[in-house]
Amino acid sequence: MLTNWLYVGLFIIVALVLPAVTIIVPRFIAPKKPNRIKVDVYECGIETVGEAWVQFKVQYYIFALVFLVFDIETVFLYPWAVAFDKLPLFAVMEGVLFIALLLAGLVYLWRKGVLEWA
Amino acid sequence: MGDPFALISQWFTNLLLGWGLSESAATVIRLLVGAVILATISMLTVVVLIWVERKLAGRLQDRPGPNRAGKFGLLQPIADMIKIFTKEIVTPAQADKTIFHLAPVVFIASVLLMWVVIPFTATVMGANLNVAVLYVVAVGAFGVVAVLMAGWSSNNKFALLGAFRAVAQMVSYEVPMVLALMVPVLLARSMGLTDIVNAQSVWFIVAAPIAAVIFLITSMAEVGRAPFDLLEAESEIVAGYHTEYSGMEFGMFYVAEFLHVWTIGALLGTLFLGGWRGPGAETYPLLGILYFYIKTFIGYFIVTWIRLSLPRIRIDQMLAFNWKFLTPLILVVLIFTAILDKVLEVYAVSGWGHALSMLALNVVIGWATVQALKKVEKSRQRRRPEFPPRPVAVAPKSE
Repeated sequence: MLTNWLYVGLFIIVALVLPAVTIIVPRFIAPKKPNRIKVDVYECGIETVGEAWVQFKVQYYIFALVFLVFDIETVFLYPWAVAFDKLPLFAVMEGVLFIALLLAGLVYLWRKGVLEWA
Repeated sequence: MGDPFALISQWFTNLLLGWGLSESAATVIRLLVGAVILATISMLTVVVLIWVERKLAGRLQDRPGPNRAGKFGLLQPIADMIKIFTKEIVTPAQADKTIFHLAPVVFIASVLLMWVVIPFTATVMGANLNVAVLYVVAVGAFGVVAVLMAGWSSNNKFALLGAFRAVAQMVSYEVPMVLALMVPVLLARSMGLTDIVNAQSVWFIVAAPIAAVIFLITSMAEVGRAPFDLLEAESEIVAGYHTEYSGMEFGMFYVAEFLHVWTIGALLGTLFLGGWRGPGAETYPLLGILYFYIKTFIGYFIVTWIRLSLPRIRIDQMLAFNWKFLTPLILVVLIFTAILDKVLEVYAVSGWGHALSMLALNVVIGWATVQALKKVEKSRQRRRPEFPPRPVAVAPKSE
């Protein structure tokens, strides 16, 4: 098992180095002639007004919250699915109830009008 | 004929030990070489994929596709590569340089890392993790971070908008995807991909067709391909998060997208189509690789086909489709799959009997879904106000 994780660790390094090298190679063979207009930000050809790092209304933050709830609950459900063989009927029904609660929560959000893109 | 890969690995280890290296150093070097080979093969697959995709796109859109460079345009990807390697990389002056250059690397790494756990044959794979499914989801989520990095660091309003859309989309579609992946996990009682393949004496697509389809749709959204390519909608936000990228850095985004689609095919093949399993695959591992690639291509072809056939959807439609259709559907499927599986276990039904009962359940759920959708559509039509037919051009009044 430990060898497997060692492999993952080594692969992370390789997966970062390989594309990095591919990006660095053109630095030596590609031309580099920047000018003021070329390095400007492209916004449909109109001159840029201000920068993009401003306060921004994130319309979907509520989706992110819903996502968080669902994702954490899924993490609880995975072990339940893996140990399905050993579970008595009671534990299975408990898991089913848990999913049903998730569904009820989703219906509640739906009725509350959270799932609309404003 | 034994397992040629095991023989090569054995030979390589013996070679290293013969050079006087210690056992652990030999293991590290062997794993490192394996990692480099796997990553390079995955990257080079894209070269072939670019040709396949362009040829497919040509054929599906009633044109020949690339046919000038070499026979059947086979040298086209090589020409593309030479061109992109010698292209200038323009970095916007106002950008956050570090993050800007880091984003494509992280993006492609997130896709490459998925290949660690995918089994090519019974023995040939990167790492046989026992949490492979969770690992794939976790690594795939890194792509979201890379997209946000790219969009934010560009200091371009359109790139930022594209990144925001991408995050909304990827975050939303992750929910049904994770839930859909739970169905094969539940059927195989394991999160390891080798165990899941071994459990498929009957392919899981028979037992869980709805989960397979939902997995395919959601992973298409995860890649951000048409009809879900809102994050790079040309008509609205230039090119989305990679507007400011050029040359090889843009190439990396391109490569990552192609590789991601191929990875979806591989995951679909492994989780639902029996992976490397097929007649004679146990005795001849090379045959297993062939089966694996054929099954991968099936998923890849479907995704490409859909991409070339359907128009882009609106962002509110995209989110409504996810939260109001896919998520409730997969939750219902999961509930009934769990109950039926336990019932079948009590009555000791397995193999084809098990798979066909599951299929019947899926058919019933699918039929109920279609009926519910029809009902919704009817009530929607009732609510829609009737407009009187209006002539496009009104004849001028005679004076």
